[in-house]
Amino acid sequence: MTGYTYTVFIILIPLVVFLITGLLGMKWKPIVSGVIGTIGMGISWTLSLITAGSYFFSGNHAEGFQTILPVETTWLRFTDTLHINMGILLDPISVMMLVVVTTISFMVHLYSLGYMKGETGFARFYAFLSLFTFSMLGLVIATNIFQMYIFWELVGVSSFLLIGFYYQKPSAVAASKKAFIVTRFADLGFLIGILILSFVTGTFDFGKLTEPGTAIFGSAASMSFLGISALTWAMTLIFIGGAGKSAMFPLHIWLPDAMEGPTPVSALIHAATMVVAGVFLVARMFPVIHFQAPAAQEIIGYVGGFTSLFAAVIAITQYDIKRVLAFSTLSQLGYMMLALGVSGYGGEEGLGYMASMFHLFTHAMFKALLFLGAGSIIHAVHSNNMYDMGGLRKYLPITHITFLIACLTIAGVPFLSGFFSKDEILVAALNHNKLLFAIEFLVAGLTAFYMFRLYFCVFWGKEDRHYHHTPHESPLVMTIPLMFLAVASIFAGYIPFHHLVTSDKIGFASEMNYMVAVPSVLIGLFGIAMAWILYKKESEVPAKLAKSWGILYTATYNKFYFDEIYLFVTRKIIFNYISRPIAWFDRHVIDAFMVGIGLTTEKISYQIKGMQSGQLQHYAFMFVAGTLALALSMIYFLM
Amino acid sequence: MIQGIPLEHFLIVSTIMFFIGVCGFIIRRNLITMLMATELILNSVNINFVVFNRYLYPDQLQGQFFSLFIVGIAAAEASVAIALIINIYRKMQNIEVENVNELKF
Repeated sequence: MTGYTYTVFIILIPLVVFLITGLLGMKWKPIVSGVIGTIGMGISWTLSLITAGSYFFSGNHAEGFQTILPVETTWLRFTDTLHINMGILLDPISVMMLVVVTTISFMVHLYSLGYMKGETGFARFYAFLSLFTFSMLGLVIATNIFQMYIFWELVGVSSFLLIGFYYQKPSAVAASKKAFIVTRFADLGFLIGILILSFVTGTFDFGKLTEPGTAIFGSAASMSFLGISALTWAMTLIFIGGAGKSAMFPLHIWLPDAMEGPTPVSALIHAATMVVAGVFLVARMFPVIHFQAPAAQEIIGYVGGFTSLFAAVIAITQYDIKRVLAFSTLSQLGYMMLALGVSGYGGEEGLGYMASMFHLFTHAMFKALLFLGAGSIIHAVHSNNMYDMGGLRKYLPITHITFLIACLTIAGVPFLSGFFSKDEILVAALNHNKLLFAIEFLVAGLTAFYMFRLYFCVFWGKEDRHYHHTPHESPLVMTIPLMFLAVASIFAGYIPFHHLVTSDKIGFASEMNYMVAVPSVLIGLFGIAMAWILYKKESEVPAKLAKSWGILYTATYNKFYFDEIYLFVTRKIIFNYISRPIAWFDRHVIDAFMVGIGLTTEKISYQIKGMQSGQLQHYAFMFVAGTLALALSMIYFLM
Repeated sequence: MIQGIPLEHFLIVSTIMFFIGVCGFIIRRNLITMLMATELILNSVNINFVVFNRYLYPDQLQGQFFSLFIVGIAAAEASVAIALIINIYRKMQNIEVENVNELKF
């Protein structure tokens, strides 16, 4: 049990760094904050790797991995049974997430030293990055769902702060508000879900909730609302919270706009770590969802599948390089959700769970790499529009190679990490639900196509484009993270996840399913080939194709008008028909009542203030008259 | 009956004195006269104390002592009131009660 208490430093160091850089950062040269943040993060990263190494690779795990609670204290104690704890929980998924979060965070800290150089608010940026890392780490090691909720909201706040980092830009402000409101709205569902769950089971503890065959749900089966069991409600509501953070359809609208933040932030928060919090939440609650609320699990699978298809289709039409990546993130998150949705529990059955976590891990690596590569491109070209680019492979050789590796990885080219994890998901889907398998199979092709459309447009395309000043390769501090992540993207697939991270914490043997692997590789290659034909050389064909699709293309390009629908629903319907009447009621009934009391008092006082004339004899007369009247009435009524 | 005089007579006298005092207090403008009116009120109460003491408990003296205390307090009160009136006179050059009206809305 003991021996892991040092893990507390993994999360405390970012907090301390946040406080130091946040409070004192203004007084120093900006670079000092950056260096402090990076060094602190480096220590956290090292500790995480040590934790993972000793957790996964020492001792005998034939009986499965232990859940370890190195630190736990009671934070709020209401009664003996109702208390909220704070602590650290180490099990395969949280240790894996520690590694993911600290790795990506460290890379982003390092990268930002170059990318954000000379920006105003450099120290503020590092303070927020540390705050985010602290919150995200607190979320993954939470011992109970309440602690998770607290850090969940902290993550939301730091995301809000970082999206709105360029707060002079109205679009950034709007995007940060949108992200905050949409996720906050989803968190309402999460909170209600927590309340129902803890009411039914009487505990917040993950340990008690997810123990297989636990008796705490004994009384829950009889409770229901609208014909659906209380636990299904709870799990569906908790999933809504997760869907908000992970930008699942129909709460996906905030993620593309969140790209207004600085690119390293997009890499860290909106690609690799924060957006997988929803997936992590579902994985954390997985035994409850799977055994107690199968209907909620169905929903999760279908929402994930639909989101991945929907986002992949939109990604094809976008031309803002970061937005393409944002929709690609949505699509990949859909994969992970879907894998959880089709998973069973234990051993071979739990393939989907393991595949989801595997994909989460590999996706974090290659998507962070894609975003950081995109940042490097934007840094060189000063534009987000991929049609402004072309032929960049000559100017940005390192970025080009690493970006190509990331694209090949996400497209599922064999022997790179994305191939293994995506393949596991497809196998899991095939075993449980043919429809979802078909969707994911199609999406695999679309993914390859839109990623290589991006790649060819940026690095090939129009070769002789003239730039204002010749693009130059980014400094070493930015390319080292790229190279590291490229290596990680290639080799992460060889980590034996099926022995390490499984639904029942017991490893199982997994074999390559060639019936799935070969077709999925072929459709990936087909997507790449299509992109090659259309975009390798600049040509009129894509534009003509787009025109021939007409209204469908326009609708897709405008993200199927979901933003407009939301605006219509909120501005036109909710504002006009709900908010305005309520505001009217508030102003004209409640306020008027209160103001009326005040005004009436004032009027009456004004009328009767003449009675206080200062004339002693008037008072005396009133007093005597009053006494007489009282005396007479007493006599009259009592006699 | 106290020494051949019925109780009601005393009470009537004291009531008349009381209302004379009240009327004087309300109607007269001169502060000294108003002070005298309050003395009338106090003394009407004294009469009641003494009379009821004799009437109800002829062998006890509490009521009479009470009226003695009231006389003493009335004297003290009169001296304070006179001091106030002198101060008012210094300020306003007269002692008309209508002029003392600064404490108002």
